[in-house]
Amino acid sequence: MKVELNVNNARASVEVEPRTTLVDCLRDNLGLTGTHTGCEHGICGACTVLLEGEPVRACLMLAVQADGYAITTIEAVAPAPGELSIVQDAFCETHGLQCGFCTPGMVLTAEALLRRIPDPTRADIVSAISANICRCTGYGQIVEAIALAAKRLAGSNLPRQVVPGEPA
Amino acid sequence: MSAPVHFKFVETPRRVREDRRFVAGRGRFVADVRLPGMVHVALVPSQHPAARIIEIDAAAALAMPGVHAVVAGAELAAAVDPMMNGLDTPNVRRFPLAVGQVRYNGEWIAAVVADSRAQAEDAAELVEASYEALPFVLDAEAALKPDSVPVHPDHGSNVLLDRTFVWGDVAQHFAQSPHQIAFRVTWGRNSTVPVETFGVVVAWDPWNEILDVWASIQMPKYADQIARALRLPANAVRVHYDVDVGGSYGVKRGIKHTVLAGYLARRLNRPVRLIEDRLENMRAGDAHGPDRIFDVTVAFDSDGIINSMKMRALDNVGAYAGRAPFQLGKPVGAIVGPYRIKSVEYRAVSVTSNKAAQEAVRGFGQAPTNYAIETAIDRVAAALGLERIEVRRRNFIRKDEFPYLIPSGTRYDSGDYHTVVDKVLAHVDWPALQQQREQLRAQGLLAGIGISACLEPSGGNSSFEPLLNPKNTTSTWMESCRINVDALGYVTATIHTTSSGQGHETLAATVIGEVLQIDPDRIRIVRPDSLASLPGNSPVGSRMAIMLGGAAFHAADKLKRKLIRIAAHQFGCAEADVDYATGGIKQRGGPGQLSWIDLVTIAHRNFHLLPAEMEPGLETTHVMQVPTGEALPTPDGRVQMYPCHSFEFHVVLVAIDPDLGKPEFRRYVIGHDCGTVINPAIVKGMTLGGIAHGIGAALLEEFVYDDQGQMISQSFMDYVLPSAHEIPEVEIVHHCTPSPFTVLGQKGSGESGYLGAPAAVASAINDALAPLGIVMSKLPIRIPELSDAIAAARASK
Ligand code: FES
Ligand code: FES
Repeated sequence: MKVELNVNNARASVEVEPRTTLVDCLRDNLGLTGTHTGCEHGICGACTVLLEGEPVRACLMLAVQADGYAITTIEAVAPAPGELSIVQDAFCETHGLQCGFCTPGMVLTAEALLRRIPDPTRADIVSAISANICRCTGYGQIVEAIALAAKRLAGSNLPRQVVPGEPA
Repeated sequence: MSAPVHFKFVETPRRVREDRRFVAGRGRFVADVRLPGMVHVALVPSQHPAARIIEIDAAAALAMPGVHAVVAGAELAAAVDPMMNGLDTPNVRRFPLAVGQVRYNGEWIAAVVADSRAQAEDAAELVEASYEALPFVLDAEAALKPDSVPVHPDHGSNVLLDRTFVWGDVAQHFAQSPHQIAFRVTWGRNSTVPVETFGVVVAWDPWNEILDVWASIQMPKYADQIARALRLPANAVRVHYDVDVGGSYGVKRGIKHTVLAGYLARRLNRPVRLIEDRLENMRAGDAHGPDRIFDVTVAFDSDGIINSMKMRALDNVGAYAGRAPFQLGKPVGAIVGPYRIKSVEYRAVSVTSNKAAQEAVRGFGQAPTNYAIETAIDRVAAALGLERIEVRRRNFIRKDEFPYLIPSGTRYDSGDYHTVVDKVLAHVDWPALQQQREQLRAQGLLAGIGISACLEPSGGNSSFEPLLNPKNTTSTWMESCRINVDALGYVTATIHTTSSGQGHETLAATVIGEVLQIDPDRIRIVRPDSLASLPGNSPVGSRMAIMLGGAAFHAADKLKRKLIRIAAHQFGCAEADVDYATGGIKQRGGPGQLSWIDLVTIAHRNFHLLPAEMEPGLETTHVMQVPTGEALPTPDGRVQMYPCHSFEFHVVLVAIDPDLGKPEFRRYVIGHDCGTVINPAIVKGMTLGGIAHGIGAALLEEFVYDDQGQMISQSFMDYVLPSAHEIPEVEIVHHCTPSPFTVLGQKGSGESGYLGAPAAVASAINDALAPLGIVMSKLPIRIPELSDAIAAARASK
């Protein structure tokens, strides 16, 4: 069946089976391979995308259910090709990753957190990322990255809206 | 160590170049590889732990839309050779699909190929198999009994390996010691469980007769093994190393997946993609680690000095042999840990059972062994009423004793254990920490301090192969690097493996930049495919800082020497009379001066200016043998295992609410000495990640089988990986004792944290439980077992 999706501020019309998950649709139909799958049963968070600015698990959602919502994937976070967002840059600064497989989900989770809570405590950060499994880092440098990003965002003159496709 | 003490790039906080692509979602993982005409595989699992396959009926599956083939074991076994065993056990044969008999729940009996993965899965459900159930065995001790059902009847028993080593005068040391303690500890079957499952994409080109492989791989000699099993010339298998691997820590071996996909690709003449789903991964994806029972006896003096140790390690490798039994061999190289234990009797027993086959896991058997050794130290301290840290101090090898030869034949390179301990105790404020424990106890909580001190053997050779398999004469275990400077003066270097988060591109660039004194960020690192690669053995055994770092260092050093020769020739002076600095060369006490680009131009364009018989261009390679890898094991099993030995010392404070039984970390400090640190952020990450992994092994993770042989940890709801909630903030105390055996003094750190954390966490819990008189001696110590034990102890008080 035909679904009209709004992904990264662009309209996309895709032909999917009713049972196709959002993550399979993003990866297979739209070629957005930055969204990963680690479990396909809602635990690991590797498939995290933003739906109207909030993190959701694209493996637990059908593509048809996403019809009409604004979806943001990792591909839309960088402001320009080769240029990192403040959050992405902070992950690079603290080395908040190793293999990079959980990273798109972590970055999107962090982007959403910092939009909701610009000045998060360590507990806020831990609780936000606790639904995303990282097997490489032990989370320490991810927590540092998000705290650093918060600090840098507070000191930057960027508009607060860091996630594209968001209602202002 | 031949390098400067003050580094320009090494040891400095520099970014990890790989990170940029990953934060942007632009990594290229195997599931991102799409080829035209590619078809997809789903696997049909066995429902039985042991059964004879009577018939596999694929008719209904083949009638489904999009299905191209259903292949079972008989067809595959006729076309491919069995996969390699590590030990000399020719009758333990293994193919990617079960042949005639299934040996564990979840074992693949057939592969279904279809246009989409969904179609393949639908059809796989319609494959009808009829079985005759057979008796099975799950428990290692039961499997060891002579009357046990053999998992491989042709092999005759379940025993793959039963070898007793005696190093030193164990009998005399036991006779002379006034005290002995015997105990048993058990290491549950856990694993590394990367977030990315294993996957492979294979394409066969019949016109060029070449098999292209993209895989989520971390496996020495991978291409060779694929070629051998598929009966192809080795130069007909081309493995693409430019695939990002989504975590491995040992387990991404994937030989059976690749042999299967390779066969299917040739048979169907279509590119084939086999990406495990999580269930396939956990049940049958070569995903399980050591599953081990230790029986340990130590003999010691009244002052806590341990004279001798007897250890029996009984490992349940599951249904097939593979390389798993070698995980009993690697710990031989650090069998006494950081201690001066004078003699050791070590009995290594490896048995098959009807569980999934075991694969290599971070530390290659060292983490369980460290848990057993550290438990011994805690028990000795308890028996004598001595402080646990004091007993460790008394037994530690002293820094002036290095290089130190341990009874089993390995010479430890360097260390300063006492200083690391002092630094950690100063950092934690040891008296205050003990007070904090008492305060927690006064609040009605169970509180304990955990201690562990252990080694991370690093540098990774393969001495355990000839140690445990006399037919194997491998002593070579090399890594390589090639550097090319182009005609415009830009530097490109090669690495010859995939990476799974270790930052090898950063490592190689940093070392080359250090030697050539040029900005590492300007050095391009590329990964040729396996046919264009120099010899290597992949990132196993915490070896890449030492081996890739070493190869890159030597290749850069050769390049520098070539530049010096060119310059001296122009200046008409001796090579000793020039100074190399930041890429340019000056004549000492003379007018000669050539910049980097001058030298590059001479090398590339001015053959008439080159010294006689020098090859034009600026290209150097180095193939490096592992340091100290000079000899085969002696007949009595003494062997130089890995060259370098990093040290870690954990201090952990845990509090347990006695009603809930949930351990909570109040403090986690690790002292870490891995010699010269090439990139601080990478080493920090590996240590923190290793500790998190070790906490999982200690408290949460286990592949559990029920008594019917069904694996019941089939999802992330049953096999629980630690989240950010479970992992405390970890404080790292650094120390640096350079290794004398490596180019920059570096040692390995890829397994750090994981090697000591399980022992430390267990030690903390047992310290907390001591007032109740209970001891937990099996990992993982999960909340239900812990709360039951606490409740029982309180009820009986
Ligand atoms: S893949 Fe969606 S939560 Fe794991
Ligand atoms: S970076 Fe590898 S799983 Fe998080």
